[in-house]
Amino acid sequence: MAPSTSSAITLNINGEKYTLPVDHRTTLLDALREQLDLTGTKKGCDQGQCGACTVLLDGRRAVSCLQLAVAAEGRAITTIEGVADGERLHPVQQAFLDLDGYQCGYCTPGQICSALAVIEEHAAGWPSAVTDDVRPDAGVPALTAEEIRERMSGNLCRCGAYVSIVQAVAQAAEAAGAEVKEAAL
Amino acid sequence: MTTTTRIAAVTGAVGSARTRVEGRDKVTGAARYAGEIPFAELAHGWLVLSTVARGRIRSVDDAPVLAMPGVLTVLHHGNAPRVETDYVGMLGRPNPVLGIFQHDRVPFVGWPVALVVAETSEQAREAAEALVVRYDEEPHDVAFFAGHPSAYTPQDNPMLQAETEKGDVEAQLDASPVVVDEEYTTPEEHHNPMEPHAATARWDGGRLDVVDSNQGSTWVASELAQLFSLDPASVRVRSEHVGGAFGSKGLSPHQVAAVMATTVLHRPVRVVLTRRQMFSLVGFRSPTAQRIRLGADADGRLRAFDHQALSLTSTVHEFIESSAVLGRVMYDADAHHTLHRLVRLDVPTPAWMRAPGEAPGSFALESALDELAAKCGMDPIALRARNEPETGPVSGLPFSSRNVLACFEEGARRFGWADRDPRPGLRREGRWLLGTGTAAATYPSGVGPSTAAVTAESDGTFTVRINAADIGTGARTAMTLVAADALEVDPDRIRVRIADSDLGPAMFAGGSMGTRSWAWAVTVAADELRERLSPGGGIPPEGITARSNTAEAIGALAKKERHSFGAQFAEVAVDVATGEVRVRRLLGIYAAGTIVNPLTARSQFIGGMTWGLSMALHEEAIRDRASGGHVGADLAGYHFAAHADVPLIEADWVDDPVPDDPVGIKGIGEIGVVGVAAAIANAVWHATGVRHRDLPIRPDRVLRAADGARHRAAEGARNA
Repeated sequence: MAPSTSSAITLNINGEKYTLPVDHRTTLLDALREQLDLTGTKKGCDQGQCGACTVLLDGRRAVSCLQLAVAAEGRAITTIEGVADGERLHPVQQAFLDLDGYQCGYCTPGQICSALAVIEEHAAGWPSAVTDDVRPDAGVPALTAEEIRERMSGNLCRCGAYVSIVQAVAQAAEAAGAEVKEAAL
Repeated sequence: MTTTTRIAAVTGAVGSARTRVEGRDKVTGAARYAGEIPFAELAHGWLVLSTVARGRIRSVDDAPVLAMPGVLTVLHHGNAPRVETDYVGMLGRPNPVLGIFQHDRVPFVGWPVALVVAETSEQAREAAEALVVRYDEEPHDVAFFAGHPSAYTPQDNPMLQAETEKGDVEAQLDASPVVVDEEYTTPEEHHNPMEPHAATARWDGGRLDVVDSNQGSTWVASELAQLFSLDPASVRVRSEHVGGAFGSKGLSPHQVAAVMATTVLHRPVRVVLTRRQMFSLVGFRSPTAQRIRLGADADGRLRAFDHQALSLTSTVHEFIESSAVLGRVMYDADAHHTLHRLVRLDVPTPAWMRAPGEAPGSFALESALDELAAKCGMDPIALRARNEPETGPVSGLPFSSRNVLACFEEGARRFGWADRDPRPGLRREGRWLLGTGTAAATYPSGVGPSTAAVTAESDGTFTVRINAADIGTGARTAMTLVAADALEVDPDRIRVRIADSDLGPAMFAGGSMGTRSWAWAVTVAADELRERLSPGGGIPPEGITARSNTAEAIGALAKKERHSFGAQFAEVAVDVATGEVRVRRLLGIYAAGTIVNPLTARSQFIGGMTWGLSMALHEEAIRDRASGGHVGADLAGYHFAAHADVPLIEADWVDDPVPDDPVGIKGIGEIGVVGVAAAIANAVWHATGVRHRDLPIRPDRVLRAADGARHRAAEGARNA
């Protein structure tokens, strides 16, 4: 008998459990979009190069096109559909809306998911490639425009909305208590 | 039909910033794009593309693939439905690449040779990768370079007059005390909208229904009807949300493939392009090799103007990258010559890409102007002011409005241009050399016929129906504001429906013409509706609807030079150790008629400028001469500007009334790109003293140029 090429798995997405049969080749991205009708997560390149498919896995960002669905079992998956609190937009979403941090909107769910993680990563004191002082006891660096740009660079936007995306992330981070400097608010 | 100027804010909706009406859907993931609409019994199509650059298909071994799990059919030239490609559509004759699977000839790497359709996308993809196609190969040529021996001047191209000429350029050059004669090159560039092209086709009650991602559903529906010999009324194309387009989302093989497959299989079929497939199937910007010769008096007045541009086209279709058109608008001279030449290569046909012609053309021309300013010892803005034409340099027609100098004046004030020391290579900050540069911008303001319907509903709201496409421009929101002013009601009472060919014919979103064209039709229909609404009169349950068609009014528009204008300013820092160029700031000031929604308009200008930055420093598609295909046809191999590349960019505008125009809108989608690469290159020269005439300005080019300059200086010292 040929080995099985599909399995029934259970995914924990936005706090809900979904049981579904998946072809073992299916990426988490395709499972979300084609099997669970969660199409907010976008496919821009299917190669981990553009960031449009960014979701949060156990609170940390990941490109769902490079993740097999079977490997996502047991992880807490957050997609763009799970970011708002019911009808109330998350402050990051509201800032994108108010500051026009998008144009066509296709990279937007990935940008927003990345931004959520960026704000967390920064608050937890994680340095980036442009952080001046990376000693363990340096504390949380100020969130400058340069820091935001560096940390968001895995998310491409072809419309060229970067300037207002950076402002939206800065505004939301400041509202969440971050020390924001030189971010052109 | 009324053609009075009406957009002059009645309720003040036009001109006031408003967030996008579909914004909430976009930030919550609720907005569904073309590949995201569910259908029962949906099958998935996967295109198979040629791996050779020229030759014939010897065989398509479909039998083993048909036996693979889930595979429903394999369409190829041996079995596919016939399509008609001998017609003239909205933009002329169709690109032959739409005639997929009609013959065995292969004219470039990436030509569609088969479509595999299966129950799931995984099955379709694996089967497509397993399909063996054999070819009889022929020698190919994909090498583009200045002076290519087979270059020719296109004759009777319906889209562009290839050459214009007045006066004796050679005589005026000989008589000019100051001459610039330089060559500039720009590379092959790709649109790369974030959303890959996707279409789902199905037959629904005798009608063909296509859910697609495109720039104009009227256009796509009409072409599909002609390709498949259908009654135009039996084709419906919808395109609710579009994840970027930039000129690449018109007709492409994926729509034709989806229609073929649904016709064969009698179930809905979706075909989505992969990122790699987009590099050969949806058009691109041709590389260019341009020569510019300027002859001027010592005070900068132009005596001779010559701009010659070479670009490539395919062996199956002719497309001209109209790089030399700028001089026909921007600068006059006693003798004036513009020329486009083409070379046919074994590559896909290029297409319109955001600011086609003007983007690469302005890099060459606005760099040459800067070189002339330096040679004349003049400020680059003063040089442009000295050469402001009264009328169209080639047409002799008056300008509808031309406020390019106002843009320079406002830009210079805000940028701090007056304090600039014009001498190059003087400013240093650690390892960084600093410089500033400027360039002019222009883009045509066109308009296309459109129909619209505006309905007064019985509940006091209004419904606007216009087959516009919102490719990220904010078209829905703009039409809401335009209708609000025309109807003198609050924008919240207006619902706008777009992107459905059943709404009636309308202009596509292209050539910076969408908003102007749609606003005109919406305004006329709204005016008509207001006349029919009696004060205090009741509205029946079906509402009261007024319709418009702008074809006649547009045909009666006075012939003028109608263009948007702008001024671009850049500050750069050049790392002397690594050759890296960092743009520190960009400022663009535009004169572009009425700005409908300042919030989204600013985004669009800044987006265009971001493209200009990306073009100046990053973008470059590399073709392998041996295989004829791309190297690194993906978003890692083809880098466009990411967050970390883009500084604070500012865009603003000056008043630009267009007195004789019924809408006063000029169009802003493309002008933001124009001139930015030149402003950056001019700033790099100001920083380093070295001219960069080849894009992109890569670190290796900066380092080699610096080495070259040092060697020349050393030689000079030795010879002295």
